[in-house]
Amino acid sequence: MSAEFARTLDRTGREERTESLRMRAVLALGPLTSAAGLGWAIVQPWRLTLLHPAGQGFWWLVAEPPLYVVAAGLLFWRFVARGLVADMAEAEK
Amino acid sequence: MIVAGIEPDAEFVHWWFATGFLILALFLYAEILVGPEVWARRPWRRYLWPGTCFVLGVLMWPVMAFFTNSMIHMVAHGSWAQALMVAGAAELGLVRGKLHSQYWRLTSFAGLLVSGTALLVHEQNGWLFARAAFLHHALGWMVIVASAFPLMQAFRPRSLVAATGFATTFAIMAVLLFCDRDVAPIFGHLSSYAGVAHR
Repeated sequence: MSAEFARTLDRTGREERTESLRMRAVLALGPLTSAAGLGWAIVQPWRLTLLHPAGQGFWWLVAEPPLYVVAAGLLFWRFVARGLVADMAEAEK
Repeated sequence: MIVAGIEPDAEFVHWWFATGFLILALFLYAEILVGPEVWARRPWRRYLWPGTCFVLGVLMWPVMAFFTNSMIHMVAHGSWAQALMVAGAAELGLVRGKLHSQYWRLTSFAGLLVSGTALLVHEQNGWLFARAAFLHHALGWMVIVASAFPLMQAFRPRSLVAATGFATTFAIMAVLLFCDRDVAPIFGHLSSYAGVAHR
């Protein structure tokens, strides 16, 4: 194998690894965000008034910040991240 | 009085804006990771960040109308709404191809500068008055310092540092806004004038 060909293979391998890492990072953004929201809900369960709704007003039942974080992560993953990774794979071809 | 009875508390509004900023940060981080070319492969995706910025500006108007208890609050929220809308509109013009100069990105710099100033100006209490006061000061100064990132982007559009700093600004804004409570202590301090602390 020529040194030039080996270098090209090595560079292609490195580029593929970088692309793969970037794809994983994009796919991880949403779940990591949701995990942060879930962690918040576990650490401060009193922030989720839905768990103890008695006596809560309308706005207190609507305002569930840990769930907002979970939802933001899930929505991003479902509607943006997956399409982005598909486009990355297509762009590579 | 009727509106005052049914309107949500200020902290709820802060949490909704925090969610908006968190989503903005996710869009910006994703764009950094995949690169602008891949991000722009689907036309609707190019409108996500400027569109969200513009909508946040529009939503600032009801905040101005219903949550202002003084002239300084009204002026601060009004100028803030305009700055966010101008920044969003300029970015929309750029992605649509109606605007061409990269220097239109200076509107994002102006947007952050006005936002930071508005945050500082409309907080009349000291840092340790209550948690809300602390967060307004922290957010204000953070946003003013962070306005350097879009300024950098206007002159060096491909700068990774500027793009990452800009995205991180929105992530930190989201975290700080989620920490907001109407009446809560900050580092054990709560002014007796702030009212009774609640969770």
